[in-house]
Amino acid sequence: MSAIDQLFADLRAAGRKAFMPFITAGDPDLDFTADVLRTLVERGSSMCELGIPYSDPIADGPVIQASYTRALEQGIKLRDIFGMLERLTPELPAPVVTMVSYAIVYRRGPERYVAAARAAGIAGAIVPDLPADEAQALADACRREGLSLIQLITPNTPRDRALRIAEQTTGFIYYVSVAGITGERTELPPEIAENVAWLREQTPLPVCIGFGISRPEHVQALAPVADGLIVGSAIVRRIAEASHKPREQVLRDIAEYVDTLLAAMR
Amino acid sequence: MPILPDASGRFGTFGGRYVPETLVGALDELAEQYAEACADPAFQAELDSLLWHYVGRPSPLYHAERLSEQCGGARIYLKREDLNHTGAHKINNTLGQALLTRRMGKHRVIAETGAGQHGVATATACARFGLECIVYMGAEDIRRQRPNVFSMKLLGAEVRPVTSGSRTLRDAINEAMRDWMASVGTTHYCLGSVVGPHPFPQIVRDFQAVIGREARRQCLDQLGRLPDVVVACVGGGSNAAGIFYPFLDDAGVKLLGVEAGGRSGAPGDHAAPLCFGSPGVLHGSFSYVMQDDDGQTADVHSISAGLDYPGTGPEHSYWKDIGRVEYTQATDAEVLTAFDRLARCEGILPALESSHAVAKAMDLAARLPADQVVVVNLSGRGDKDAAEIARLRGEEAGGLGEQERTEATERGKLR
Ligand SMILES: Cc1ncc(COP(=O)(O)O)c(C=O)c1O
Repeated sequence: MSAIDQLFADLRAAGRKAFMPFITAGDPDLDFTADVLRTLVERGSSMCELGIPYSDPIADGPVIQASYTRALEQGIKLRDIFGMLERLTPELPAPVVTMVSYAIVYRRGPERYVAAARAAGIAGAIVPDLPADEAQALADACRREGLSLIQLITPNTPRDRALRIAEQTTGFIYYVSVAGITGERTELPPEIAENVAWLREQTPLPVCIGFGISRPEHVQALAPVADGLIVGSAIVRRIAEASHKPREQVLRDIAEYVDTLLAAMR
Repeated sequence: MPILPDASGRFGTFGGRYVPETLVGALDELAEQYAEACADPAFQAELDSLLWHYVGRPSPLYHAERLSEQCGGARIYLKREDLNHTGAHKINNTLGQALLTRRMGKHRVIAETGAGQHGVATATACARFGLECIVYMGAEDIRRQRPNVFSMKLLGAEVRPVTSGSRTLRDAINEAMRDWMASVGTTHYCLGSVVGPHPFPQIVRDFQAVIGREARRQCLDQLGRLPDVVVACVGGGSNAAGIFYPFLDDAGVKLLGVEAGGRSGAPGDHAAPLCFGSPGVLHGSFSYVMQDDDGQTADVHSISAGLDYPGTGPEHSYWKDIGRVEYTQATDAEVLTAFDRLARCEGILPALESSHAVAKAMDLAARLPADQVVVVNLSGRGDKDAAEIARLRGEEAGGLGEQERTEATERGKLR
């Protein structure tokens, strides 16, 4: 059983939901990324999603784009990110999955990328620009190495296609709350609950919701219908403040924010 | 040659569809609607009529006698896409896509533009069909192609400056894609070149192939034979694909694509992925691209906004690998020389993009015997570039009066 399967089995047994923050690797540097990951897990995050900075992220809104740019301006390389994770993951009591463009995976080669990710202690990959139709080579490599390949289903995915995507997915299904790019939103579409409920009837896989979630009221509304919630831009925005605030302060702000959302989840 | 792309949108190993799930449905719909349109004689008839009466097709195949004489070798013929309505080949594609937009029942169109020619052509087609039009354009390109920015606005389009990244074509495509992620239900993305996810490389090639079909027929009619060489500039590669495609099976016709050689062959100094790049994924497609060893897109440079792009069309990557088309590059300096030559001895101001093809055609013609024929795709007119060339001249070498030179230098500093 993979680390992610185990996590969701435990959560389901306990009747709890996963809280999954997203942050960008190397924003503003990898030491701080490690500190943020530790803080997120200490406060009770079940899993962390780490964005591998990419030069042309078409699924991302301004906040995450800017964080990728900051990280790349520091000259961050994939091997540095994997190096940091190799040291950090053994002491981190929660799985880490990466959000990574297929441009980066392809450049390494799917086999080599997956092997290196496993060696760094990474539990899964989310590849937002790799639709299921193109994912076979990576899915095969992931299966051989035991890396979960988390695939995305969106509000405009037809239901028969959603079932095919679910069949190819391991770890959990990432249900994208809105047709659009990442970024905080005040309101989320009302049909999320129905779509996620339908999905959870069709597949034994956990279904987690991401994109746009940022407020306690979102968490309150969506936690009951899903297996987990993903929160990105709202945290990345706080990390951006490290440019003009003491890092200790930023970590405290993040902890406080996470506490608020976790309280809304219970 | 096999008929490509295959059902998965591949040209050999190149192409495909590397996009977020959110866009897959719209791409499927576009591919379906396009297939239906191809099978519908009324669609083709309407497009043909527009190309004839509105664009002014067929564009002439013009024997550039004085240019040929000066080069001292083969005869050079220009396929005059610069004479099309809106001044470039881009209109061939945007009218086709506007008809598809209407078929799909969509009312809003977005586009990216580099040189502004595709933006103007999209704004024009949208005005003609009563569609809302939004054009994303890099801030650097807005600066260097200003005349086209005004035209787009006059045509009723909204021009949205893109200030992220290199502030050029690549970033404009990123922004257009992001818009499309949120608007895909109601909006058509009118991509301007043979790049991006399937079916765009196929659709744009097919709409541009009218250039090659005409040129081939004109060669037979005017010269009684096929040309020896066909030369075109390659940014994303639409004008090149359009003129090459109908000649692919003519084994005796050599095809030459000219990329932006920029300042030099050093990384960051050029925009020539087919000459210097490697296969990778960018903007939804697998193709040659300028990238670093992590797969991050590399910075590129070209004097011409329309070629200032780190990627290229997947079908060009395929043609390169099977050896059907040869790809080379022309430097900024060679391009300016070619621009001057064509202006002075033929009275034609070519676009800086097209001047890349002219530069290599001149080199080639000089080395070929007089009975050979070189056809150049003159993809667009150069009015949009006049001010930028003056600015560059002011900085570099004079040619302007003292006062203009000072002004031009000041403007250069301001950027
Ligand atoms: C006149 C002209 N030629 C060529 C190009 C390059 O595009 P493509 O390679 O798709 O023909 C452009 C693009 O803006 C253009 O305006």
